[in-house]
Amino acid sequence: MSTLLRLATAGSVDDGKSTLVGRLLFDSKSVLADQFDSIERVSRDRGLATADLALLTDGLRSEREQGITIDVAYRYFATANRSFILADCPGHVQYTRNTVTGASTADVVVLLVDVRHGVQEQTRRHLAVASLLRVPHVVVVVNKIDLVDFDGGVYADVAEQVQQTARGLGLADVTTVPVSALEGDNVVTASARTPWYDGPTLLELLETLSPVGDPDVEPLRFPVQLVIRPQSAADDRFRDYRGYAGQVASGSVRVGDPVTALPSGRTSTVVGIDTADGELTEAFAPQSVTLRLADDIDLARGDLLAGSDDVPVATQDVEGTLAWLSDAPLHPGARVLVKHGTRTVQAIVRTIDGVLDLDAAALVPATSLGLNDIGHVTLRLAQAVPAEQYTRSRSTGAFLVVDPQEGHTLAAGMVGDALLAHAAPVG
Amino acid sequence: MTDTDTRRLTQLQWLESEAIHIIREVGAEFERPVLLFSGGKDSVVMLHLAVKAFWPAPVPFGVLHVDTGHNFPEVLAFRDATVERLGIRLEVASVQDYIDDGRLRERADGTRNPLQTQPLLDAIAGHRFDAVFGGGRRDEEKARAKERVFSLRDEFGQWDPRNQRPELWNLYNGRHRPGEHVRVFPLSNWTELDVWQYIAQEKIELPGLYYAHEREVFERDGMLLAVGEHSQPRDGETVERRQVRYRTVGDMSCTGAVESDAVTVADVVTEVAATRVTERGATRADDRMSEAAMEDRKKEGYF
Repeated sequence: MSTLLRLATAGSVDDGKSTLVGRLLFDSKSVLADQFDSIERVSRDRGLATADLALLTDGLRSEREQGITIDVAYRYFATANRSFILADCPGHVQYTRNTVTGASTADVVVLLVDVRHGVQEQTRRHLAVASLLRVPHVVVVVNKIDLVDFDGGVYADVAEQVQQTARGLGLADVTTVPVSALEGDNVVTASARTPWYDGPTLLELLETLSPVGDPDVEPLRFPVQLVIRPQSAADDRFRDYRGYAGQVASGSVRVGDPVTALPSGRTSTVVGIDTADGELTEAFAPQSVTLRLADDIDLARGDLLAGSDDVPVATQDVEGTLAWLSDAPLHPGARVLVKHGTRTVQAIVRTIDGVLDLDAAALVPATSLGLNDIGHVTLRLAQAVPAEQYTRSRSTGAFLVVDPQEGHTLAAGMVGDALLAHAAPVG
Repeated sequence: MTDTDTRRLTQLQWLESEAIHIIREVGAEFERPVLLFSGGKDSVVMLHLAVKAFWPAPVPFGVLHVDTGHNFPEVLAFRDATVERLGIRLEVASVQDYIDDGRLRERADGTRNPLQTQPLLDAIAGHRFDAVFGGGRRDEEKARAKERVFSLRDEFGQWDPRNQRPELWNLYNGRHRPGEHVRVFPLSNWTELDVWQYIAQEKIELPGLYYAHEREVFERDGMLLAVGEHSQPRDGETVERRQVRYRTVGDMSCTGAVESDAVTVADVVTEVAATRVTERGATRADDRMSEAAMEDRKKEGYF
């Protein structure tokens, strides 16, 4: 059976990202005849000899009119044993907003670097976002290798720069691949023109990387979405049914497991794991199931069930890292909403402790956060939530900051010192 | 079970789990959700997922159909039988009523798909629906590729692609002000092939015209249109009997059939996996009108 991998692509302007994405879609035979005809026609109209694969990711008319890319676009392609969801994140406008969005759900970030330019400021920022968001795998595509005559020495220098930058940002697992997206070298098919490279092609790599999360080692986290009580159901079997519906956010749960509810701290035992297809003996992330418990412990939407062997602490005081995504700046004292798991609570921004300077990988003092800033804040919540360090748990360490009036999403929040905790100074 | 491989979901299990999570979020956070249901395959799959999401409780919302008046009779019969079987409330917004009383005018080209927006928005406002489930998929079309799972619409029902909320992790933000509503797309990450593989896996019943059958058709703009009450050949268009099936089901006057031998769901899965033409490219005259046809309709409040 086919498995699924989510990737996010990022790059600076003119790194050839559209061409790379077009090449992945085309060479994996995910481009259909009418789509190809259409880009061939447009390419001919523009005086090009061959079809420009970058046109496959050409956006909306309102974008073409303004010469910008508005937003993250989602693409789909598949090979024999894997399906891919690709979040295509535009590089120039609102890069942090777009890359943070794409990276938040990604198993892999694919980052482009022009081999002629090496690591740029934006490369560093994108690597920092991948590190901040704890994306499990990072692949750096060193593109336009055709423009340096397939010189292995030039590639090796850039690859070393990439690794050094990545280490400085606390990224351990970074792979580099020499590619010509335009001519197709090492994207899907191995290139004969890079004999000095014996690693996998980009697609081969993507086919072998493991998706995010390991249910075997992570603790159970189960945010309760809603209580299912079919009192009016015609079926007598369900008259006293009470189940807690949700998606396993991390770890696994078996019938008979002791669980602890948060924030109440009450404990019970799982007596049933239900789905519409029948009962299960075990559920694991990211399955959507309904749990039945031995005791009525007054659970509701917003509560979290955790395995009793590893229980997080609920707190009203949260230290966090915010990626600020709104045009209007954040100041201390602001009243916001925080959405954590299935619970939304009021919060006050107590302090803004600083903004991240990505070049120095250090926090510099600040009294406000502006668009695309990544900063440290302390929040006081109206109710306690089981907020865990994001570096430990991507599911219970993440939260949204929402405008209480307009309802807009203002920031991506990560509990704790999400970046600097594991970063070393650049040197 | 200690083998890690057994604890990975297949792509269909993953997509199902994500869709159920999305549907439950809406069930928990909104006052008056409704699910757009046409009897087409995507809406049938979406309703199937809603049933699974709340089981063993009943689906806590009804369905809405915007009826162009040019629908295939067998699809309407399927629609009615489905809501009857599930005991779900059906609201119908009728384009025909709008044309009859003059609120909308028939277009010169006869297609009624663009006319659905007004009745849809009126129904949303009239019933004060705050969340509207749609079966749209991002793989369908490039305006949809940029759509959020939770997509805020203003009091005019408009989609503003430049002012979308960033969608982070699986934390969906459904907050809206009075008069605004949220379109929710649980099948955002599904492809046409995923939908068909899921229909096969779950043994989901569909209207018969999704499978190969003989039908009187005529060719127009490279598409095979069915002969029926609302779609008649013009001069010079000849009627033939051919073995066809539908990849999408919409308005009879602008939804084309494709020649096909796919009689069973397994045949269709094979056919879709091998197809070389996109679903909308093959079958939708309305999306061929201009390159940005869908983008324009979405901004006005279309599905």
